[in-house]
Amino acid sequence: MPAIRIEGLQKVFGAVRALDGLTLTVEPGTVFGFLGPNGAGKTTTIRLLTGLARPTGGRAWVAGVEIGGDRRRLTGRIGHLPEEPVFYPWMTPREFLDHVARVFGLSAPERQTRVQELLELADLADVARRRIGGFSRGMRQRLGLAQALVNRPEVIFLDEPASALDPAGRKDVLDLIGRLRGQSTVFMSTHILADVERVCDTVGIIARGKLIVEAPQKELVEQYAVPAFEVECNDGDAPQLQVWADALRARPWVTSVSADASTARVVVSDVQTAKRELMTSAAQAGLLLTRYEMVRPSLEDVFLRLVGEGGRS
Amino acid sequence: MIFLTALRKELLEQWRSYRLLIVGAVLIVFGIASPLLARLTPELIRLVPNGDALAALVPAPTAADAVAQYAKNMNQFGVVLALLVTMGAVAQEKDKGTAAMMLVKPMPRSVFLMAKFAALSLTFAGSIALAAVGSYVYTRVLFGALDASAWLALNLLFLVFVLVFVALTLLCSTLMRSAVAAGGLAFGGLVVLSILSALPAISQVLPGQLIVWGSGLALGADIAAWPALGVSLALIAISLVGAWLVFERQEL
Repeated sequence: MPAIRIEGLQKVFGAVRALDGLTLTVEPGTVFGFLGPNGAGKTTTIRLLTGLARPTGGRAWVAGVEIGGDRRRLTGRIGHLPEEPVFYPWMTPREFLDHVARVFGLSAPERQTRVQELLELADLADVARRRIGGFSRGMRQRLGLAQALVNRPEVIFLDEPASALDPAGRKDVLDLIGRLRGQSTVFMSTHILADVERVCDTVGIIARGKLIVEAPQKELVEQYAVPAFEVECNDGDAPQLQVWADALRARPWVTSVSADASTARVVVSDVQTAKRELMTSAAQAGLLLTRYEMVRPSLEDVFLRLVGEGGRS
Repeated sequence: MIFLTALRKELLEQWRSYRLLIVGAVLIVFGIASPLLARLTPELIRLVPNGDALAALVPAPTAADAVAQYAKNMNQFGVVLALLVTMGAVAQEKDKGTAAMMLVKPMPRSVFLMAKFAALSLTFAGSIALAAVGSYVYTRVLFGALDASAWLALNLLFLVFVLVFVALTLLCSTLMRSAVAAGGLAFGGLVVLSILSALPAISQVLPGQLIVWGSGLALGADIAAWPALGVSLALIAISLVGAWLVFERQEL
């Protein structure tokens, strides 16, 4: 049974179609990266899946519970970290986690152990008795993650979990998310591609309320990446580089060539032929190469290409 | 169990945010000040120019004046406090996002609301109890003993009266997304009730009649306003059920 199953989910706000027939499946125990530009419908999707909002159309199941049905059964199985977590400022983090643990019905000994575990996990043990009102955004984000884990949820929804954090905080949070793999299903919305590349197994890209693609991250990159090579030579070789670039454009296995003073980027249609002929032709053109590499396609390339296509459709 | 968890949080919030202290302090101060003010009114009048002549026209203060002063003070400050401490109860949590944070957990919305009403009820009940004891002692010292059971009845009726405004304001707080808007709406409701109370036929069944009934009991009069009590309890129930129905359908 999938951890999350969404079928034709729709959400309309007046004249705005925030979600337009979203359909996707998330397998249990995976870290799912839900990617999209601002306003694509990521937060709306999470609000619908957590029961905070009602869909205009379509159906969805989270941990086997249909949304819009038994709210208490659904909320007992999920954890949720909103984009900007807010707390009662007059509480301490220990009190807040204890309150959440009481809501989930943990016994007193369970609460004590779990709260201490989570304070340490979120690196908040030293400030456990300080009022949350004085916390930095990073501290609130870590506390938000801790409260989302109190009940050891089957499915955890994270809305932009690392966007407010400094590099060290981001690394900690992403490491923690990575450690959840296999224990919980993580549904993580973000627009930071580097975070997705770091922790996500599967990626869904959404634009204008529609899912453009859903696939394992590696497959996605391989499927949509543009095969390209970069060749760099001495600055003094600029004239030869331009001549070589012009000559390359005539080859049937070359799609396009762009060149500046010392670097040429060659997009090819036939990688094997390119591997055989590119170096040879550069040597024949008299170029003294300082770098030659097949450019590793990035998720960013894929994202920009797909979102561009989705935006035009 | 979940209700006790929610109630515990609400009471802790009332304490930490000083709302409990403010409600208690205001009601106790004005409760105790009522018999004092009644007793000192002739002396205060004598302080103004030609005051002696005026004071001679004023009858000597009695326990009835102390009770009237108490009823007036508690009526005014009770309503104002009910509006002020309740208007942000739900609206503020929705606006800031803490309601969404807690309601994606197994916390039923009905419990979330009822815990707030219960905590506010306890706050007002405790504060009125202390104010009542203080006022009773001072009235006894300054004017002689009042019937304790009648005094208790007056304060129970006063509690019901205040809870009508707590429940109405809680409904407004659920309907609106900001505390100020909720306060404005509740104040509008208060104005409507005030206008209606100017109509003699209707005023007999409005919550304000509870204060008249209680004051009369405290002074030994044999009066009753059961329809007003029924209307007040109905207003509380309708407001709470309305708030729950609205809140269940709201998106957070």
